Amino acid sequence: MANHHHALQHHFEDLEQQFESASLGMWAFLITEILFFGGLFAGYLVYRSLYPEAFAVGSYKLDVLLGGVNTVVLICSSLTMALAVYWAHKGERTKIVVFLFLTIVLGAAFLGIKAVEYTHKFHAGLAPGNAFSYDGPFADQVRIFYSFYFSMTGMHALHMVIGIGLLTYLIIRARQGAYTAEYSTPVEMIGLYWHFVDIVWIYLFPLLYLIGRS
Amino acid sequence: MAHHTIPTRVYYTIFFTLMVLTGLTVWVAFQDLGAWNDVVALSIATLKATLVILYFMHVRYSSKLTHAFIVAGFLFLVILLAITMSDYLTRDTLIAPKAWDLM
Repeated sequence: MANHHHALQHHFEDLEQQFESASLGMWAFLITEILFFGGLFAGYLVYRSLYPEAFAVGSYKLDVLLGGVNTVVLICSSLTMALAVYWAHKGERTKIVVFLFLTIVLGAAFLGIKAVEYTHKFHAGLAPGNAFSYDGPFADQVRIFYSFYFSMTGMHALHMVIGIGLLTYLIIRARQGAYTAEYSTPVEMIGLYWHFVDIVWIYLFPLLYLIGRS
Repeated sequence: MAHHTIPTRVYYTIFFTLMVLTGLTVWVAFQDLGAWNDVVALSIATLKATLVILYFMHVRYSSKLTHAFIVAGFLFLVILLAITMSDYLTRDTLIAPKAWDLM
């Protein structure tokens, strides 16, 4: 059975082995991503432990409501992504496209809210660089907090943009009927990537928005 | 195929739990728990991440080899964070002479 499925590459025994291999490779990539973001988190931890008061001051200036809404939006997008993978396993072309499209819409909503927040921070003089004009307590250390805020959320947002690009590719291929009940590996692999990006935000939200609130 | 298809109600249950945990982490951030605020926030985040990994990412149904890869990856993350912080958090408590004192 399936010994000559069109998606089966000649160096694999069968589609199951091919899927295992793809899954393992994707996880190897995601581990490099975990360690990449891990470096940013380690830097954050070092400076947070050196300047806890300044980080609390910086964090207090972030909008918990917008950050919270974005958390909800991103978790919703993970649900729609999981459902897209579910329907991909069933080979239901229309439903794959619908849920992938919903995932893109939610991802775009996240980036839109992020853009509103960034604009506000730039106008408030909190963007690190020459335009940094905050002169309250711990000004220099608050600048460090905002360097972390922009680099960590910026790197996360870049991953979202790439994710939306990948989802667009999936939609095009799904409409061509590339994914069936026998073969839907790309949908599942890009799903893993999307969930990973969600996990990064699950940590960024409390570490950036919720410190020093009590 | 090896795909273990999870019923959609599992996804909705996980989604609902993630929403509740998000609300909880916001609520608890406004309670004064002292140093425990960070511990609680990171515990909730880790619980949420674990749910996403196990169910949304299907790791609960993955092969043992995949599990080994993932555990090894997180082990290295823990090494990165723990060894870095074991340095920075103990600098004042160690009495080793600083390099510039020796010159």
